[in-house]
Amino acid sequence: MDVMILAGGLSHERDVSLRSGRRVLDSLRDLGDNVSLNDVDADLIPSLRSLDVDVVWPIVHGASGEDGSLQGLLEMLGVAYVGTAAKEARVAWIKPVAKAVLARAGIATPDFVTLPQSLFREAGAEHVLAALAERFGLPVVVKPASGGSALGVTLVTKPDDLAHALVHCFAYGDIALIERAVTGTEVAVSVLGEGDSARTLPGVEIVCDGPYDYDARYNPGRVEYFAPARLSPQMADAVANTALATHRELGLRDLSRIDVIVAEDGTVNVLDVNVVPGLTEVSLFPQAVAAAGLELGQLYREILAGAVARGAA
Amino acid sequence: MNESTPSVPPVTEGTRLDPWLNSYAARAHRMRASEIRALFAVASRPEVVSLAGGMPFIGGLPLGDIGEMMRRIVAERGAVALQYGSGQGDEYLREQITQVMALEGIAAHPDDVVVTTGSQQGLDIVTNIFIDPGDVIVAEAPSYVGALGVFRAREADVVHVPMDADGLVPAALEETLVALKAAGRRVKFLYTVPNYHNPAGVTLSAERRPQIVDICHRHGVLILEDNPYGLLGFDREPLPALRSLSPEGVIYLGSFSKTFAPGFRVGWAVAPHAVREKLVLASEAAILSPSNMSQMAISAYLDHFDWQGQIKAFREQYRDRRDAMISALQEFIPSATWNVPDGGFYVWVKLPEGLDAKSMLPRAVTARVAYVAGTAFFMDGSGANYMRLSYCYPTPERIREGVKRLATVVDAELETVRIFGAAASASEASVDFPSPDLA
Repeated sequence: MDVMILAGGLSHERDVSLRSGRRVLDSLRDLGDNVSLNDVDADLIPSLRSLDVDVVWPIVHGASGEDGSLQGLLEMLGVAYVGTAAKEARVAWIKPVAKAVLARAGIATPDFVTLPQSLFREAGAEHVLAALAERFGLPVVVKPASGGSALGVTLVTKPDDLAHALVHCFAYGDIALIERAVTGTEVAVSVLGEGDSARTLPGVEIVCDGPYDYDARYNPGRVEYFAPARLSPQMADAVANTALATHRELGLRDLSRIDVIVAEDGTVNVLDVNVVPGLTEVSLFPQAVAAAGLELGQLYREILAGAVARGAA
Repeated sequence: MNESTPSVPPVTEGTRLDPWLNSYAARAHRMRASEIRALFAVASRPEVVSLAGGMPFIGGLPLGDIGEMMRRIVAERGAVALQYGSGQGDEYLREQITQVMALEGIAAHPDDVVVTTGSQQGLDIVTNIFIDPGDVIVAEAPSYVGALGVFRAREADVVHVPMDADGLVPAALEETLVALKAAGRRVKFLYTVPNYHNPAGVTLSAERRPQIVDICHRHGVLILEDNPYGLLGFDREPLPALRSLSPEGVIYLGSFSKTFAPGFRVGWAVAPHAVREKLVLASEAAILSPSNMSQMAISAYLDHFDWQGQIKAFREQYRDRRDAMISALQEFIPSATWNVPDGGFYVWVKLPEGLDAKSMLPRAVTARVAYVAGTAFFMDGSGANYMRLSYCYPTPERIREGVKRLATVVDAELETVRIFGAAASASEASVDFPSPDLA
């Protein structure tokens, strides 16, 4: 199989993307596939036209890689590719939109509000901050309305830190999503396939000695992972079913990672949806694959074969 | 199919993806993967104007001729070039190094020279042989990020001393040393970059040089003089090195990274005799010997190329770039203040009141421009409203474009500060580990 992996890009998550891309490249090369790793730059379209690739695997994190832009480009070029289609990626990328879709489908997600920086200026930051404190109390999570790898994300536990968290968030994007922090068991569920044939891998439980921030994600040691998650069989099913329902409701395809938190009352809340989950050596998806007793390279091959069989959009 | 079924055996022990977590030294646990480091991955893309790294303008070198030179070294002297070498460094190169140092008034014997893998290794071995955990190193405020990384790794306590337009302030140094002595602290050395300072861009004046040497002498404090930029002045001849004023009181670090090319990783240390012996032992323990191939390349370059003419060409190129940066700052960010360096690679910019350069960096990367936030150059978390801009690598046109982009970032950040107040805009005081991007 001739495969082109796309990794890098210009987002804040370029580094993670390159690491993911190289990992997938290694896994596939070990199986004898003809794989190339390309950045998203001015050479991309000429390369796609000149090389006779069977399938493209875009592993570009952040904007343009996850917001459907790159997928839209591949669709325009008539290239078969791995992952969620452009329109669905666009919806999943904008967190408040995805949360609204999920809430409408009856899938629990923490209570939230979405506020652009301009609103704080127009309505007065002091008043908006007071209203936020009144409505949500503490703790809350402040995060960019779009983005990944926990960049710009802060768990706010003290009233004085809310403004700081918003400023940090606005450095990464103009719109902030402020949601009620839910305490409980954090589980990342990787989902394969699409529609009725979608299936989950064992959930990976994340136990962190502080916020599950950028450092915790990419500096091994701070986080303890349990795969499968330490849940009762009934709760494990509930978590898997929530992840599956999320994947289906948002029309995700091939692979996704749905991050949930099981609240103390047993409610499974969806925290985040990842259309292009991290595939680095410390990422959650490969851990889930290992917990399922599957071989990573072989699974990647199956994902690619599915995309080839589907063909160009 | 649902693969997370009850048939999967329960897990009682988690994994931390690091089987050696309990084996690390305590200092390793303080090493963190920071968002800031991740952001620099984007800076390597051509779309981004990187005003961050101190990368010399290698494109200005006669690369074809250097390639031929390298080929001849391997073809004609490969048996030596590709073999281990002397721990102290090649004798012939050490002799040549004394001639290079003579340009800055240093009279040294080749026996006093230790060739190192870049002056960064010189920093490491000097710190290795002098610093016990908790010892004090006095350094300029701000100070070179790569040195701070070494000092942190060796668990030194760094105390900063202010500078002004004439470099390190002697009265402040005196006051600091007196206060440290009174507090019972053990000061091992003063670390200083006297010429075209990284990142502050200033040069220690000729008048102050003997004063600094005298103060350190009276307090029994060794001086570690780091001088990668001394020959890169735009408008004047090099000032006498501190080492030339006090051969017994100064360890001098030199480098070919900025005057020729950093890819060879060749620098050197010159030290008083007894210290030099220990430096050689420390260096051998770490690397056995510096690269023969690199040393022979440097030797051949010094012998067969007009290296002083090349330095002159570099100076002119860097002066043009400095001019481009200063005029762009005047045009696009008049609300900031900065120094006008007369050599070296860097402009040290003070941002308008309330701005925090580290907080602002993600926005800058989105705007396709990169710089190094001021906090990287302090061990105490200060410097938040400063940034270092490098003009050495991008062309004058790109520098102008980069500063123009930076101006939009500054405007956007000022807007955020107006909304939320300066206190909310301050980044957390933390020290970032250096990467080669920041050298």
